[in-house]
Amino acid sequence: MRSRKGIIVINEKDNVATALDELPAGTTVSIKIENRTEKIELISHIPRGHKFALRHIDRGGAVIKYGEMIGKSTEEIPRGQHVHVHNVVSQSKGENT
Amino acid sequence: MNFHGYRRADGRAGTRNLVLVIPSVGCSQSCARDIARGLKSVVHLPNILGCGQMGEDKALVRRTLVGFGASPNVFAVLVVGNGCEELQPKEIAKAIAPSGKRVEVITIQEMRGTKKTTAVGRKIVKEMLNEAAKLGREPIPLAELILGTECGGSDYTSGLSSNPAVGIASDMVVAEGGTVILSETPEIIGAEHLLAKRARTPEIGKQLLEAVEWWEQRAIASGQNIREGNPSPGNIAGGITTLEEKSLGCIYKAGSSQIQEVIAYACKPTRKGLVYMDTPAHDIEQLTGMVAGGAQIVAFTTGRGTPCGSPIAPVIKITGNRSTFVNMRDNMDLDVSRILRGSGTIPQAGKRVFEEIIACASGKETKAERLNQRDFSIFKINPNI
Repeated sequence: MRSRKGIIVINEKDNVATALDELPAGTTVSIKIENRTEKIELISHIPRGHKFALRHIDRGGAVIKYGEMIGKSTEEIPRGQHVHVHNVVSQSKGENT
Repeated sequence: MNFHGYRRADGRAGTRNLVLVIPSVGCSQSCARDIARGLKSVVHLPNILGCGQMGEDKALVRRTLVGFGASPNVFAVLVVGNGCEELQPKEIAKAIAPSGKRVEVITIQEMRGTKKTTAVGRKIVKEMLNEAAKLGREPIPLAELILGTECGGSDYTSGLSSNPAVGIASDMVVAEGGTVILSETPEIIGAEHLLAKRARTPEIGKQLLEAVEWWEQRAIASGQNIREGNPSPGNIAGGITTLEEKSLGCIYKAGSSQIQEVIAYACKPTRKGLVYMDTPAHDIEQLTGMVAGGAQIVAFTTGRGTPCGSPIAPVIKITGNRSTFVNMRDNMDLDVSRILRGSGTIPQAGKRVFEEIIACASGKETKAERLNQRDFSIFKINPNI
């Protein structure tokens, strides 16, 4: 299964993309970033509005959206994996302290 | 690049050529309204303050009214007072005068009643209108534009489409040498550490963190912790993971430039580029602060849809929610929902926003102007005395 539509990468520095429609595991998505097109196979189910990794993210690595760090990963996140509260922790004041 | 605007005596440039009637106190607000009634290009400020504010609040009211009068979108000003108010109308007029425009003052007490004041006031503003009509638009470099950015009635589309699109346009304005104002401090909570890193100097970053701290303590004093329970369970179900992500979705409308300075409510930016104004998140108070600070135009993103407009500045409504655009065609100027349907990109939408900013700065009427939606509310800290 392939999907071209309904995926947003906000900033070229981002290592996560947002799915605008529900995407089942096993879907291959094509994502245009700047002038190149990347193909990514989703290895988990991505609910509508949720994020998945565009690149491998190390444990403790920065999760980047809007070109900024929105949190740190709590485990290794492979490319195509669902990225959410189960594997990301906020670095904002008052959280994670 | 240029827009077509009105050159003022003090060298600044406006996107509109209005005659403004400023009531220096709530008591003269109805009279100011009657003076402006039915006259195209004459607007009044629905100001209810001017008496009963002390110290810092009095300064906030004064600065805001003066900022509106001095705005380059205003050709001439009539200050209408009652007479005995704490914030004296002559004081306001005197502070507007350095802008080089015509400023007149009348008071209901000196004129012996509302009817006479209204009649005299209408005569003055009609004269001002005749003078204003002689002035035409001319090419003005975008470097002279101050763009206010704002979001209100946000939904899931805001952080994914309209704010990123306006962010691109903001960066384009900065690249042209212009100025962009980012504000609404309570909304940046959670991403303030990221924003502070983008400040021109560590001192400016510290000022930003202090502004956040002030609002946070104020919320805590009234029993609210903004960080607690944020992002909400609904946000999390919708895919928002952290508070940083939620706040960045809002902040991103001002683009990714370096923050040149932090300014107080209703103050004029002293630098070009991206500047931060410390304002509440309250839509109308925020809008009023930015316009008082000299913003000649505002890009306003919304998801759910809001009619909000300014008395003297075009406010462009941009939505990424197709249903909102269709249902609220009366109020919405620009639809950037194609981003979410996979048939348009963020940079394409950003370019459209940029073009719309230039068009509206050059005279294109916004929906809020067409509806005569002229909202005005001054931020203050303490209750009236």
